[in-house]
Amino acid sequence: MKKSMYGKYGGQFVPEVLMPALTELEEAYDKYKDDKDFLEELDYYMKEFAGRETPLYFAKNLSKKYGIKIYLKREDLVHGGAHKLNNTIGQGLLAKYMRKKRIIAETGAGQHGTATAMIGANLGFETEVYMGAKDVERQHMNVYRMELMGSKVNSVESGSRTLKDAINEALRDWVTNVENTHYLIGSVVGPHPYPMIVRDFQSVIGNEVKKQIMEKEGRLPDSIVACAGGGSNAMGIFHPFIDDKDVRLFPVEAGGCGLKNTNKEALHSASLSVGEEGILQGAYTKILQDEYGQILESSSVSAGLDYSGVGPELAHLADIGRIEPRYVTDDEALEAFYELSRNEGIIPALESSHAIANVMKMADDGELGELVVISLSGRGDKDLETVFKLKEMEA
Amino acid sequence: MRIHDKFSELDEKDEKALIAYVCAGDPSFEETKEIVKSLINAGADIIELGLPFSDPVADGPTIEAAAQRALEAGMNPDRYFELAADIDTDIPLVCMTYYNLIYQRGLEKFAEDCVNVGIRGIIVPDLPAEEADDLHNACKENGIDLIFLVTPVTDNRRMETILNKTSGFVYVVSRLGVTGTRSDVARSTKDILDRIDTDVPKAVGFGISDKEQAAEVISEGADAVIVGSAFIKIIASGENVNERVETLARELKEACRTEN
Ligand SMILES: Cc1ncc(COP(=O)(O)O)c(C=O)c1O
Repeated sequence: MKKSMYGKYGGQFVPEVLMPALTELEEAYDKYKDDKDFLEELDYYMKEFAGRETPLYFAKNLSKKYGIKIYLKREDLVHGGAHKLNNTIGQGLLAKYMRKKRIIAETGAGQHGTATAMIGANLGFETEVYMGAKDVERQHMNVYRMELMGSKVNSVESGSRTLKDAINEALRDWVTNVENTHYLIGSVVGPHPYPMIVRDFQSVIGNEVKKQIMEKEGRLPDSIVACAGGGSNAMGIFHPFIDDKDVRLFPVEAGGCGLKNTNKEALHSASLSVGEEGILQGAYTKILQDEYGQILESSSVSAGLDYSGVGPELAHLADIGRIEPRYVTDDEALEAFYELSRNEGIIPALESSHAIANVMKMADDGELGELVVISLSGRGDKDLETVFKLKEMEA
Repeated sequence: MRIHDKFSELDEKDEKALIAYVCAGDPSFEETKEIVKSLINAGADIIELGLPFSDPVADGPTIEAAAQRALEAGMNPDRYFELAADIDTDIPLVCMTYYNLIYQRGLEKFAEDCVNVGIRGIIVPDLPAEEADDLHNACKENGIDLIFLVTPVTDNRRMETILNKTSGFVYVVSRLGVTGTRSDVARSTKDILDRIDTDVPKAVGFGISDKEQAAEVISEGADAVIVGSAFIKIIASGENVNERVETLARELKEACRTEN
């Protein structure tokens, strides 16, 4: 098997001009991932800048209501409000060690863009973020945040005007400025080595959970549930548990308005659940496509899950049965958004609400076991406007 | 006619090649046929016929918009091969498209379909040499060329690997960036052309839009110039398209004939 593959998935399907940059990145990562200075600085930033470690919080009211023990891994408390900063700290430092002057990023919900803007401002990079025009509208507080921290935000008008199109534009920028620019990809997607690097930097989530649950419960959980767009918070919390075969791992995708497609468009973003094998944005993975291989636009109430592909390693783990993909609809996610807010006093991101919704849905039928950990990947402040608008439309 | 034979024929006449790119189905099936006819009339030596993909990451806004128009007008791989079959010419056609469309059709079938309609080469901008073995084999079996790209940041080791794999010609990307017209084509062109040690013809593309740039690139050692976005801009304008495409192609071909 080629080093760039995750099972039969992965690879490096990019323009020739990017191949040297991918090699450079992989070599730098190999060199620094065990380097004492690098690791010390990474530790420092994770603790002092991001605010790690994050609590593993026992959700007592939900637990009571649903009759199983539910813990929330509080990535919503990471600086910036989502797990995304774990990865941008790691890659930002890597870019610094590689002596890059400039970082660029794509963003869907604006959380990864914000986390990139934070590390960009802190480490002194010129920072540019690409964001689909539709996402600029529905997540504009995050646009202000990025701009406030000195990043340039480019609104992308092509295609579905969401995450996929932002990645296309970021790739085009990188192709043009590859010599001085690091492309800071925000999820476990894209060409190798990105899926590996992002997974490794996000694994801090799962490593902490493992330690914390042993302290609190004296045993590993029966199941772990995480939402999956590209799949970085999911891979981050799952990865340290892959060899613990008794722990069931459930990535939850955005079922949108149900698993149907129109001609050009999927009414959901469930590429892991119902996508087919193909090549998108650098990787061989599961994607939403038509009979010819044209990529279908995806759809979801949550911008961060609204993507036509998924990380190649998740595709592999799903094939071999180690992870078990599930999906919930927009409506179910919204219900979970209210449920957690009212019962625990925690407002979750719409992305994370998908994971919660799945637990609400499955608590009864035993598949989650008695002890479940949910990745609460982000906080919901950014989504208040979306939720209020939907409420008004209902009324 | 195979690509190799085309270059031999030009060699004898002491001419360089004009390779013209258009996107199939932009703005419509019928109009593409007319546009290609104009290009051939004007002396284009090879036609690069783009098969539009929904997410063309190597293309700039001009060609991306063309792909969008073509897709909206109903272009798809089946129609694409019908269109290529309808083009009545002896000169080589080359298909440029992204890998997922080839993969989903099946590599063998795609290569066979190409041969059946007179497509003699394939260019896949998101398929680097490392990932290309399967398609390379399918092309070989069907006697068509898989054309690879080299860029200013391709180091000498990669260059050697790629030059060993490419056939028909090698696509020399003269500067970093996506497709699109530029005013500053030549600067890095000479550097990279000097580094390419091969018998395969060197075709320079990405950014060439007029006869001055074409002449310059040829004087620096190119065997062919590839022009795309400049034609697409004319097509997008919708005004006197065939006439203006033909005029531009004539000028560019003239630059390919002038002894430098
Ligand atoms: C809070 C939150 N959770 C999840 C995601 C989805 O990304 P991933 O699947 O890579 O974790 C996002 C993306 O923006 C997000 O903001």
